[in-house]
Amino acid sequence: MWLTNSSIGRKLVMSITGTCLVLFLLFHASMNLTLIFSEDAYNWICSVLGANWYALIGTAGLALLVLLHFVFAFILTFQNRRARGDDRYAINDRQKGVDWESQNMLVLGIIILGFLVLHLANFWFKMQFQEMTGLKTGAFDPQNGAAYVKYLFTGIYDPAQVVNDGMLNMPDWAHPLYCCLYLVWLAAIWFHLTHGVWSAMQTMGLSSNTWLPRIKVIGNVISTIVVLMFAAVIVYFLGMYIGVKLA
Amino acid sequence: MDKNINIKVRVWRQAGPKAQGHFETYELHDIFQGASFLEMMDILNEKLIAEHKDPIAFDHDCREGICGMCSLYVNGHPHGPDQEITTCQLHMRRFHDGETITVEPWRSRAFPVIKDLMVDRGAYDKIMQAGGFVSVNTGGVPDANAIPIPKPKADEAMDAASCIGCGACAAACKNGSAMLFVAAKVSQLALLPQGRIEAKQRAKAMVAKMDELGFGNCTNTGACAAECPKSVSLAHIARLNREFIGAKFSD
Repeated sequence: MWLTNSSIGRKLVMSITGTCLVLFLLFHASMNLTLIFSEDAYNWICSVLGANWYALIGTAGLALLVLLHFVFAFILTFQNRRARGDDRYAINDRQKGVDWESQNMLVLGIIILGFLVLHLANFWFKMQFQEMTGLKTGAFDPQNGAAYVKYLFTGIYDPAQVVNDGMLNMPDWAHPLYCCLYLVWLAAIWFHLTHGVWSAMQTMGLSSNTWLPRIKVIGNVISTIVVLMFAAVIVYFLGMYIGVKLA
Repeated sequence: MDKNINIKVRVWRQAGPKAQGHFETYELHDIFQGASFLEMMDILNEKLIAEHKDPIAFDHDCREGICGMCSLYVNGHPHGPDQEITTCQLHMRRFHDGETITVEPWRSRAFPVIKDLMVDRGAYDKIMQAGGFVSVNTGGVPDANAIPIPKPKADEAMDAASCIGCGACAAACKNGSAMLFVAAKVSQLALLPQGRIEAKQRAKAMVAKMDELGFGNCTNTGACAAECPKSVSLAHIARLNREFIGAKFSD
């Protein structure tokens, strides 16, 4: 199978899985953005997706994409280190025009995966998993995502909406800490995507002397849009937390 | 103005392919800055020979930047710190008095060290033999203008053909990938009508040979194009990807 046996085939798997994940991020970020405008709208999205069969299939598909992207990343990095040879250069100067992120995609990926585990524990476990299994893993009804997100990032909640008191167990300082952790995560994602998006297009062959500078700009624009959409929600809640503390 | 400088040269010495290598530092006095880097290496070797020591083995041939024979990883850059030149075109005015210059061989699994700074770049020849050619029947010479070729395509094919196969791309790449070389060699033919006939077979055969010889996977860092003495563009790598993926899908 040339997708696993040839170097370009393996890179193509990386670029296709990566592109699908970027499309998912755009979808995810657009949904998050509704939180700023309307909690009802966000909860409507929660009810449309929730643990319905199509959302579960989508989640399984995403898990497969992430798995493929990571397995191939490790295989490629291992092969590349071996191709470099045992004797390393004593002096290795980075060339002008070679971005730091392009040489550290695996490191950025591992950072992103680490935060992803935290993110799944924060949200997926308390929302889709709760709805799927019926276990009381979260303090709020899984259909009431807006209340939970608000609680996680600011600590503010309406007692009438709490369905499981035992899960309201976060210390006060944890709320802004989560905001900051998520912002660090977004920074890592931004660096990863600024190389990843154009590199994926280059690997698929969608580049030429004219288009090479253009796809780099496209990559920067897409990664900035994704990260800004996510960050807007975090900053909104961080501002709310600070506002409540100052009041 | 060029003047005479005193330098230290830290050179990788390795007795043979299997031997353990190490760095050795040599002091050189009154090196004229107008001298080329390889002339400085010649002066160093003459000194070593006069001292009855083993001279440093390094590759060189035309000394005018067209043969692709010279190599050397100078101060962290293949072909030295200057852009768009080979080591033989590098001059000592690029270095200052009292500087320690570190000289290493290309380091890549597919380019094993033969001795000191000399590496075996036969892997590139093997990739060429796998498909870097156009098959023609012998006979009467066809008229050069019989096949019209658009000027931009001819120019781009010529840019790709400027690759001298020196190996700086694989040497600079953190992944030890030969993609820029293979891309240039595939592009120079894929862009022209004469090369289209065997294009699919060529892309598959050359990439398969490249993978077989132990070169790494390209991650588009761009170090190759930045260090290429002939400024071969990354866009050729995209063309190679297109050619290869297209060939595989048409199977």
